Amino acid sequence: MEPKLSNRPIARWVAAALGVSAVASAAWFAWAADSNTIPQAGIPASTNAIAGKLFPVTIRPTAGTPKVNTGLTNHHGQPVLASCSSCHATTKPNIDTHSTAELDQFHQGLNYAHGNLACLSCHNAKNYDTLQLATGKPVEFANVMTLCAQCHGTTMRDYQRGSHGGMNGYWDLTKGPRTRNNCVNCHDPHAPKYPQARPVFPPRDRISVQKNNGTKGEH
Amino acid sequence: MDTETTLAPKEGITRRDVLKGLGATLGLAAYAKALAPLTEWKPAESVDEFLQKHYKELSPVDLNIVLRRLEKDTKDNHGVDVNITDVKAQSGVKFGYALNLSICIGCRKCAEACHQENNHDRPSNQSYIRVLEMSKGSIDMEKGNAHYDHPVPQPDKFYMPVQCQQCDNPPCVSVCPVEATWKEPDGIVVVDYNWCIGCRYCQAACPYHARRFNWTKPEIPAKETNPEQNYLSNRIRPQGVMEKCTFCLHRTRNGRLPACLEACPTGARVFGNLLDPKSEIRWVLENKRVFVLKEDLGTKPQFFYFFDE
Repeated sequence: MEPKLSNRPIARWVAAALGVSAVASAAWFAWAADSNTIPQAGIPASTNAIAGKLFPVTIRPTAGTPKVNTGLTNHHGQPVLASCSSCHATTKPNIDTHSTAELDQFHQGLNYAHGNLACLSCHNAKNYDTLQLATGKPVEFANVMTLCAQCHGTTMRDYQRGSHGGMNGYWDLTKGPRTRNNCVNCHDPHAPKYPQARPVFPPRDRISVQKNNGTKGEH
Repeated sequence: MDTETTLAPKEGITRRDVLKGLGATLGLAAYAKALAPLTEWKPAESVDEFLQKHYKELSPVDLNIVLRRLEKDTKDNHGVDVNITDVKAQSGVKFGYALNLSICIGCRKCAEACHQENNHDRPSNQSYIRVLEMSKGSIDMEKGNAHYDHPVPQPDKFYMPVQCQQCDNPPCVSVCPVEATWKEPDGIVVVDYNWCIGCRYCQAACPYHARRFNWTKPEIPAKETNPEQNYLSNRIRPQGVMEKCTFCLHRTRNGRLPACLEACPTGARVFGNLLDPKSEIRWVLENKRVFVLKEDLGTKPQFFYFFDE
């Protein structure tokens, strides 16, 4: 009669090795997730995960590397888009430009209100299809949150702790995933102050009927 | 002289007879007027509904019968197919909510989401959330204005949405004469709409003006009705009962975020399990400047307000 599989020494060794490697890789994934301190768009950013047990927290991706509409159309009638570098390859970067009002051509009318930053504080003169950190290290447009975080550290801390930024989905990640907004989903990077908005309908309940003199009515 | 008067024979119609007749007529008229509503009364409530037990006394079998009956009633009264469930509190979960006053812009999107999610009466713009426009320097919610209608935020104002604070010591529960409202194990104060007698004591007792009364039968177009409903939360309420925010327990007990949080465009709202030390809500409570409304009343709210700076 064939002996049971688990009684064979070789089978037990293999099983033990598989078990050890599974635990090790789970631990590595957990460590790797924790060490990824600045979340990146489009990839899961859950930190307190026991690998495999929790649904992911996904950050909405950005539009990615921007293209400039040249105002021309091709023979299909589609707009012709140009990458930033196609013009900027031949223009000389000016480190002192702080506003589009200082420019003679292109980017006219861009609403700019972001502190005293110059264009090249964030845009990378060596490759206009990327951004740059204060250190000069290039950053892809898709990873813009890393760039924001270098000045807005406390906001990034709040974001990572879940107390800044809109989200959808599940509070309980054992039941389902969560989607979170990217910085630039809500904040225009050139004018990051959240804009004024028209509120939706006011209440008409009896408890708070307003009198003409502006005071609240009786209950 | 007295004897003479009482013994005098009555002839014809005396003044007393006229007054008696008049009194009787007026009395009958008043009685008829008082009973008039009964002539218009239609049995909006079935015998089954009348005889229904308190939610907590329903056996699982009875509860299932009640849920199916309510689905049928909703179909008959509102013309919409709905799915009414009863999701129970999870063990190890106590819900807490925090709101960042530094971020809220007062757009009322949360109130709108509540209005839609919880099948509120459309004509009254009903919502469990009232966003108060407050003057900077005061947190006295009684001075807040809920009726502003101009672009927000205004520079000299801040905005404070107020909804049920799910108090640990809820005055609304203590005053209910029929125990139609109680605190669930996960901290949510709920109402059995079929047990509520509509006395509105709880509305008077709530210091946060968080309870609402259904003055009329709720009107909701069938296509706008949220069909995923729950016995203790967002099913369409009958006329004449109280209702209140349940932190969307039909969503949150299934692990989802409340509708008002998902609708918030600024991310001012933080929701989670207070018993989980790693939760976002716990981080806020431990690291931010947090306050509760009307703390001096000892209601122990589980809804917290905080600032960034």
